[in-house]
Amino acid sequence: MSREQKHFDVLVVGAGPAGIAAAVTAAECGVVVGVVDDNPAPGGQIWRGESANGPSEPASWLTKLHDRNIQMLSGTRVFDHPEANVLHAETADGFLELGYRKLILATGARERFLPFPGWTLPNVMGAGGLQALVKSGLPIAGKRVVVAGTGPLLLAVASYLRQHGARIAMICEQASLRSLGRFGLALLSQPQKIVQALALRKHLAGVPYVTRSWPIAAGGDGILKDVLITRGRGTEKIACEYLACGFHLVPSTELAALIGCRMRDGYVDVDHLERTSVPDVFCAGEPTGIGGIERSLIEGQIAGAAAAGRPDLAQKHGRARAKLERFARALDRTFALRRELQSLPLPETIVCRCEDVTYSRLRPYGSWRSAKLETRCGMGPCQGRVCGPATQFLFHWTPDSVRPPIFPAFLTNLAARACREAQPSGAMRGSQ
Amino acid sequence: MPEPITVTVNGRSVAVGAGATVAAAMMISESHCRKSVLGEPRSPLCGMGICFECRAVIDGIPHCRSCQIVCAAGMEISTDE
Repeated sequence: MSREQKHFDVLVVGAGPAGIAAAVTAAECGVVVGVVDDNPAPGGQIWRGESANGPSEPASWLTKLHDRNIQMLSGTRVFDHPEANVLHAETADGFLELGYRKLILATGARERFLPFPGWTLPNVMGAGGLQALVKSGLPIAGKRVVVAGTGPLLLAVASYLRQHGARIAMICEQASLRSLGRFGLALLSQPQKIVQALALRKHLAGVPYVTRSWPIAAGGDGILKDVLITRGRGTEKIACEYLACGFHLVPSTELAALIGCRMRDGYVDVDHLERTSVPDVFCAGEPTGIGGIERSLIEGQIAGAAAAGRPDLAQKHGRARAKLERFARALDRTFALRRELQSLPLPETIVCRCEDVTYSRLRPYGSWRSAKLETRCGMGPCQGRVCGPATQFLFHWTPDSVRPPIFPAFLTNLAARACREAQPSGAMRGSQ
Repeated sequence: MPEPITVTVNGRSVAVGAGATVAAAMMISESHCRKSVLGEPRSPLCGMGICFECRAVIDGIPHCRSCQIVCAAGMEISTDE
């Protein structure tokens, strides 16, 4: 296993739209920029599989990322922040120490998953999850798919899957038509968003889009066979090969929390230049609010310019930023989870998938911490990334402080730091 | 069109498109990724490296998140099947 050190003026964590925009903008200001990302290629989730060729927006940004002398460290996962201006990461080859003058966190978001009977069956996946697998080589042509949950991602996923030959049986949106109507009015101030929505609608002609509807059980013996959904006053069983189910997005804030950035309403608190409460640390995109690509690109450009010492270049995005901020808040309101979803799990339904902890075992506890200590809920390899947001919704538990490593890492890489520290004095540090 | 790549999943040959991830190869071969603590079969959930349901042994290295690893010709993948 190798050990390496690298140093950058500006280090960006995450190579989705926000991270790419931040890196490109900082590099154009003339500083030395590195981007670290755990996926095999840049693009994040939304631009997964996009190529740098052609006239599209992702292609244009990916081309700039490639052309601006930015060091792209793909397949590299940050697991610790041992001291100010240093991150530790793991690669396929071993350990990597990353030093920086300024850090931009563009760690994105993930889907919120809610437990319901049968949700652990193979082929019950996230909505973005199934899309990611199809982008990564899973054939979907001819397969029957139910898309369910909440949020604009459902439409985007259904449209993508249909264009790749899937038969979309139904899209079940838990939000009410009234709530979506108010959201539509909010969109009127954002013409670009209306064009996107109409394009999706066109691709989905003939697909039933049902509001106030959600899955109450997934059935099958060892693999998904059907989904029972509730709609209006009745229920309906739909045979399908995949259930693509996600309940909007939650920000990925573990690294920001580890570094000590102040949070507000679950998001990383930033000012108009994307500065967090920690000196030299900026944050852009979904960790500061779930608002989609446009918002991420704007925030990324602001963070990149500010981190490179050119806050003057960031000022021109101020109005766009404020407008997209309003859009992000409207999204949160529109796709807020209805309380009925709290009664989806049955006593025997697994809530923590890593440790197979059921709903009935968790019910007696008053906090995330006591449940963890007594049941191992959230103690598995995902470190509560799936069951944490679920139990927050089901039981109103708030997450604990974040401790390193923020992702499971090989012991040799965890030990790499201790060995290096031991060298100068010849002794191990402290009595740990 | 680039040539398909052949990998093995639990000893069986599977052909996948260039650029496909190991998670996709496992789903194509209809192999579950792992058995849960209580013995349930599990397959990918998030597709982006956070849920750990897709972990498998790849070329002898355990606990690999298969959704973040691209298939290479001749790769040997084994699951809890």
